[in-house]
Amino acid sequence: MVEWTDFERATIADIFSKMEYEVIGPAALSRCLVVYPWTQRYFGNFGNLYNAAAIIGNPLVAKHGTTILHGLDRAVKNMDNIKSEYAELSVLHSEKLHVDPDNFKLLSDCLTIVVSAKLGKEFNGEVQAAFQKFLAVVVNSLGRQYH
Amino acid sequence: MLSKREKDLIAEVWTKLIPVAEDIGSDALTRMFATFPGTKTYFSHLDISPRSAHLLSHGEKIVLAIAEGAQDIDQLAVSLAPLQTLHAYQLRIDPTNFKLFSHCMLVALAAHMGDDFTPVVHAAIDKYLSAFAAVLAEKYR
Repeated sequence: MVEWTDFERATIADIFSKMEYEVIGPAALSRCLVVYPWTQRYFGNFGNLYNAAAIIGNPLVAKHGTTILHGLDRAVKNMDNIKSEYAELSVLHSEKLHVDPDNFKLLSDCLTIVVSAKLGKEFNGEVQAAFQKFLAVVVNSLGRQYH
Repeated sequence: MLSKREKDLIAEVWTKLIPVAEDIGSDALTRMFATFPGTKTYFSHLDISPRSAHLLSHGEKIVLAIAEGAQDIDQLAVSLAPLQTLHAYQLRIDPTNFKLFSHCMLVALAAHMGDDFTPVVHAAIDKYLSAFAAVLAEKYR
């Protein structure tokens, strides 16, 4: 069981309540595909990923980025049960999508950076620590059902 | 692998950070201590409370070294030689920590640069910091 402090719960709730999912999601996913180009291996059918501009402007990437972020919502609303919340998604990523779980961390690092760019000074060390702890739990849960 | 354009971009970005070296450096360190508490074990001899004199001075030192390396990336092994020796024989910081610090530096840069920290800039700097860390660890064994 993950122990969350009041500060951590409040911080996560606050960040996600103010988040523009259709902006942050696409920004995080496209950033991941640009900064870690090998992650493009999972998106062969997404069309033009030829360069940074193409990736950032790609509507399928944008749509999927939004989908992923809405998926994170489930953890935000159920912080005391993230592992069971994501059990099915974990199986999906392992057995159907065959995604190397190391990629979850890459995406979560990009999301952290996108949120940092958005919030600036407000996203200080303590807030970052809470946000990264949350994402670490999510990442761990998504990798849980791999075998 | 860094293209010429990326090297120019990296030099440009880090030159602009020199005047705010202690802010960026101390911010990156503070983020690292908060997010990865194990890293604090290397600093038991310093006062690392946010914006302490030690932290500002140490952060400045690090950013200036990174900025200096950025001016001639092809010569990193030469310009970092003294720091290589320091890290290998005296500091002996486990190199996994270089990754943690680099990540927090990227987060600090994002907070500082906002929209200017584009994916292309992020990628270039991430690659540079990885190269920097690799050179820094070269004398370890």
